[in-house]
Amino acid sequence: MNESREWSSQSIQAEINALRHKPGALLPILHALQDRFGFIPPDAVPLIAESLQLTSAEVHGVISFYHHFRTAPPGRHVVQICRAEACQAVGARQLEAHAKARLGIDYHQTTSDRDITLEAVYCLGNCACGPSVRVDNGVRGRVTPEAFDALLDELQTRPLEVIA
Amino acid sequence: MSIRVFVPRDTTALALGADAIANRLAREAAARGESITLVRNGSRGLAWLEPLVEVETPTGRFAYGPVALADIPALLDSGMLQGSVTHSLALGPTEEIDYLARQQRLTFARIGITDPLSIEDYRAHSGFRGLEAALQSAPPDIVEEVKASGLRGRGGAAFPTGIKWQTVLDTPADQKYIVCNADEGDSGTFADRLVMECDPYLLIEGMTIAGLAVGATQGYIYLRSEYPLAKEILDEAIAHAEQAGYLGENLCGSGRVFHLEVRLGAGAYICGEETSLLESLEGKRGLVRFKPPLPAIEGLFGLPTVVNNVLSLAAVPFILAEGAEAYATHGMGRSRGTLALQLAGNVKRGGLVELAFGTTLRTLMEEFGGGTLSDKPLRAVQVGGPLGAYLPESQWDLPLDYEAFAAESAVLGHGGVVMFDESVDMAEQARFSMEFCKVESCGKCTPCRIGSTRGVEVIDRIRADQNREANLALLHDLCETMVDGSLCAMGGMTPFPVQSALNHFPDDFQRAANGDRS
Repeated sequence: MNESREWSSQSIQAEINALRHKPGALLPILHALQDRFGFIPPDAVPLIAESLQLTSAEVHGVISFYHHFRTAPPGRHVVQICRAEACQAVGARQLEAHAKARLGIDYHQTTSDRDITLEAVYCLGNCACGPSVRVDNGVRGRVTPEAFDALLDELQTRPLEVIA
Repeated sequence: MSIRVFVPRDTTALALGADAIANRLAREAAARGESITLVRNGSRGLAWLEPLVEVETPTGRFAYGPVALADIPALLDSGMLQGSVTHSLALGPTEEIDYLARQQRLTFARIGITDPLSIEDYRAHSGFRGLEAALQSAPPDIVEEVKASGLRGRGGAAFPTGIKWQTVLDTPADQKYIVCNADEGDSGTFADRLVMECDPYLLIEGMTIAGLAVGATQGYIYLRSEYPLAKEILDEAIAHAEQAGYLGENLCGSGRVFHLEVRLGAGAYICGEETSLLESLEGKRGLVRFKPPLPAIEGLFGLPTVVNNVLSLAAVPFILAEGAEAYATHGMGRSRGTLALQLAGNVKRGGLVELAFGTTLRTLMEEFGGGTLSDKPLRAVQVGGPLGAYLPESQWDLPLDYEAFAAESAVLGHGGVVMFDESVDMAEQARFSMEFCKVESCGKCTPCRIGSTRGVEVIDRIRADQNREANLALLHDLCETMVDGSLCAMGGMTPFPVQSALNHFPDDFQRAANGDRS
């Protein structure tokens, strides 16, 4: 997640052009944009609409329907806590309360130092070894409140270089 | 001669530190002058033993687990690389581990044994024999074979797979599609993930056979975005299969065509519903469609489409390679073959258990699962995901069979078994079921969209002791409305866990909600 997240109309259009020929291209395009920029820049909506011959309302409707897509930049790391039943059975509710208190934020918020964005997720497929937490693209298992604190230390003591 | 050492690379093993274990093993072995070859295999599905390290010896593979970084020097000192069984983490020959030896692994026969991305490994372990058989058969004969096997959809609805295929075969069109539903959103399930991460060619082979059977030349795997590792492995496996002639314009030199692409979902549970999934694949909001028309007749882009779960498609290569009879001899009643059960939640020995239909839930939870992780008494078990009923002890002797579960208003669903100990508050679980529906409803029909919101509110009032009896009556009534009036299973089945909590654990709705979880 340390690539440049600077976006421009040209770079957005390049991502769109690489995928617009695919049948049902909208989700692949949105994924490509979010993978590259960390979120869907607002300027992307009319460009996608024009390229796929949709209305801006249709594109916006798709972005807002899916929990995965975000329209504001996240923090340096995205931490998702599994809220689903298998993790509940081994203490996920206590973990989420601990995480919110420790970070001082709720779900869908970012810490003021922009280190961590906290999200809820419903199942990471690690249900035999919960509670589970996803940090960026990696999953952690058996995350006790103590393990969560250690994880935060790890994320915050090795900050990734931010390209200004 | 270099010793082969296996360290799994599936999500669960990695979540428990398998990469660090692999690095440390390589370093420590080198420091001792031992020559080892690390193989990053798939998981055997024995999740509680992960990271499970295996060593290949002249007498077979020996297992060690769960291995922590600090254990590695002592394990090597004990003679692990020679298969020694003196260390406390030594489990002996892998195949003789009771949990594994007692299973009937047909679909999962290969997982954990091979390097998931090695086509040579796949072929050496009976891979592509089903595809080779299919290439020698006429499409109607492939469909007949799948029908004769008795295979029913493993996603949850249990519709006969062969009949679905027959409908697509019989519907003329220039373009048809095979869509794999890999939006494994049910909590407590990870069998699809294991197939995709640990044996991806199995799914590729199953989808290719489906394409040959119905005359479809394009397949899509609709994969949930919560599974980034599965995406990476599938993309690589598809590229390898294309290079090796198992996908593309000329399947195994036969002149037949099948293309395959992975498409990512975007965190919407509803997209596991097949028509919502098709909308999403078309690039739209995942709104559920009215049925009819069936997807088999008007599916993706309005064309005939097979939509099957990962496990349904992954069962097909065995059926084609070994014959329908070999599959159908397993099971009970109308539930033929094997079911991939997933033990999850508060369980001592969680993991994948593939068994013929008919074993009881109690056998599964006690003899395989070993009871609760917390060692407190087991109180409730939710089978079949967030839309499945919570079962009290009086129902644990039910055989794992679609019809036996349906008779008790329960579902087997995708085979997820989530165990809860006595600390669970069933009113809180019922509230969560409604809350989940509220978050994940597609919004198209009113009973689901509004009913779930009102359901949360009513349960909150019950737990706050506001007009409790009247609100309990209202909740029962609301559940009936949602069951009878919703467009799809999301709103139609969300009441199942709620009603089961109300019926089997009524005391939990009679006390105040508080933080006391002891």
